[in-house]
Amino acid sequence: MTKFTFAKHSFIIFFICVFPLLLTAQNVLNSGSIQGNFQLDAQYYQKDSSIGANDVSEKMLMNAFANIIYTNGNFTTGLRYESYRNPMLGFDNRYKGSGIAYRYATYNADQFEITVGNFYEQFGSGMIFRTYEERNLGYDNAMDGIRVKFNPIQGIMLKAIVGTQRFFWDVGPGILRGGDAEFVLNDMITSLNENPTRITFGGSVISKYQPTEEILYDASKKYVLPENVAAFAGRLNVSRGKINVSTEYAYKANDPNAQNNFIYRHGEALLLTASYSQKGLGVIVSAKRIDNMAFKSKRTEVGNMLNINYLPALTKQHAYSLSAIYPYATQPNGEMGVQAEVVYTVPKNTVLGGKYGTEIKLNYSRANDIDRKALNDTTAINEKGTQGYTSNFFKFGKELYFQDFNIEILKKINSRLKGSLSWVNLVYNQAVIEGHPGLPTVYANILIADITYKLTATKAIKTELQHLSTKQDDKNWVMGMVEYSIAPLWFFSVSDQYNYGNSGEKIHYYNLGMGYNKSSSRIQLSYGKQREGILCVGGVCRQVPAAYGFNITLTSSF
Amino acid sequence: MKKLFLVTSYLLLSVAVFAQTEAPKAKKLPSVTIKDINGKTINTAEISNNGKPVIISFWALWCKPCQKELSTIAEVYEEWQKETGVKLVAVSIDDARSSSRVLPTVNGNNWNYQVLLDVNGDFKRAMNVNMIPHTFLLNGKGEIVWQHTSFAEGSELELIELVRKLNKGEDISVKK
Repeated sequence: MTKFTFAKHSFIIFFICVFPLLLTAQNVLNSGSIQGNFQLDAQYYQKDSSIGANDVSEKMLMNAFANIIYTNGNFTTGLRYESYRNPMLGFDNRYKGSGIAYRYATYNADQFEITVGNFYEQFGSGMIFRTYEERNLGYDNAMDGIRVKFNPIQGIMLKAIVGTQRFFWDVGPGILRGGDAEFVLNDMITSLNENPTRITFGGSVISKYQPTEEILYDASKKYVLPENVAAFAGRLNVSRGKINVSTEYAYKANDPNAQNNFIYRHGEALLLTASYSQKGLGVIVSAKRIDNMAFKSKRTEVGNMLNINYLPALTKQHAYSLSAIYPYATQPNGEMGVQAEVVYTVPKNTVLGGKYGTEIKLNYSRANDIDRKALNDTTAINEKGTQGYTSNFFKFGKELYFQDFNIEILKKINSRLKGSLSWVNLVYNQAVIEGHPGLPTVYANILIADITYKLTATKAIKTELQHLSTKQDDKNWVMGMVEYSIAPLWFFSVSDQYNYGNSGEKIHYYNLGMGYNKSSSRIQLSYGKQREGILCVGGVCRQVPAAYGFNITLTSSF
Repeated sequence: MKKLFLVTSYLLLSVAVFAQTEAPKAKKLPSVTIKDINGKTINTAEISNNGKPVIISFWALWCKPCQKELSTIAEVYEEWQKETGVKLVAVSIDDARSSSRVLPTVNGNNWNYQVLLDVNGDFKRAMNVNMIPHTFLLNGKGEIVWQHTSFAEGSELELIELVRKLNKGEDISVKK
């Protein structure tokens, strides 16, 4: 018998040891489950100087990502692979590359939940802390660190976080530490379980640490910068029957940064919402004040990345292409806003309601600057290195940022025909919202008709006619769209947007599209021209450049 | 020969151990804590309907086709419920900007669904939802047996047909 040597028999040893391991690994995988999703967007670009679509040297650009989540009992782990080869037009070029951008593991043990790695979290309405993603906008400020959730008794949820924030393929320089506590009174106290009055309150704190750095005030002086900046928020929600009232107040310590022009003023925000609703009627009014609340985990950062907090815009997010031409974005340095909305369904079998009922939606919103007064006669408002200004908390500033009055009527005529009519009246302060001083404020009226006709039970034709009129900016637009759908698999569409009334070249922004949906997969192809504009989802907006060419979107969940 | 025997028995033993393990589990709802429109805390893993199927529809106020889907089903929802006992859970992914408008909109529309608010997208991510509308169908055991993205007129007919099949005990999951 030959002598047993490790080298000679290494394969056998390896085999004996590894084979059962492989099977065990498979065991573990079998008792858990793997899920995920995938999305790919790619565009082949053609040059079109008439719309300002430039030549793209790569010819084709692509964004793609895949999420893979593995769950086994109380344990979950996941990752997201992203690939930008190279980033599509309108996405920040710093995304260029491929790699694992998000990975985490979570363990859930009765009252505790512990996450290590990346996570998204929001405290209250997010005014001092919210990390989230909008993949289609290229926005992601995910945390990389530790999160612990603790649920000591029914109705109490405590959270604590530590970490840094994603900055493209890196993380920002600021370290965030924070916690949140929420108390649902009716769940905490058994005798209140079924009480018609429900009360929830909570509070949160976030502290940002960023080492001091040399930022010059002028040639000889530099700023004295706080290394730790704390922010606090408290919230309350009370509901009883048809009435619901909620409010949140946030305070941020002085935090001189590039966005607020390095002023040392504190920040404040207040959000107040009241609603009344019953079957067939919903009414809501909200108001907010935001004062110097730009909060990022890097002092010198401007733009969309590294936001620690989220300041919701109190305006309706329009879904039609022409009503979405002029979207509003919250002004973190200061704004006063109000919004009111009524949703009413005229009952069936009445004169106005007809056989199927008629739905009416009214919405009004307005945002102004806050009131600002100079500190003294010799200091300009918002002068760098000073306290900035003083402000009357309840007073609206003179400058109007945005106003939107819109009405939408939805009506089903018969079993085949239904449609909606909308009118939108907008005032859009382009200079402030887009940050281009000198541009005129846009006053626009938009009319939209949306009609769907069912040919058979599963085949339908949908048409949209839209018109926007304004004397400013690019003047008038008209848009038409026809879509043919065969449920649940297919759709085909053709649309054209045409710009008129301006002195420039008259351009048709035509688009041909089709889509195929099979269970959780969807493939969408389109060819045509896309006008330059602003795309906003959630809290952030992205400048979308003019583009011409062939586009494909592939998405799938598994 | 002896070696071969050893190897073979070793393999067989390993496979026997492997064979004892359970079959792959069916996909169930992940456990995510979110709130409903009345402010009640809900663990999504506990969504159930007394052994009857559940439809879960992800939507938002800014999504027209989503609202079309919910309004279309709302017209026949009462009939669907009477016939099949199905329940629809509408998960709004509106964030703090518009989540407070969800309750008045749902009531103003006369929608009788259970409505959840996924304000930071935690449930959406756990369910791998990319685009909305994204609709899931759960059988009476709470297993995810079907899903579909987008809504076109008539899509609701396929959905209720699947619910009927589930009630008859048919397996509707797509075979791999």
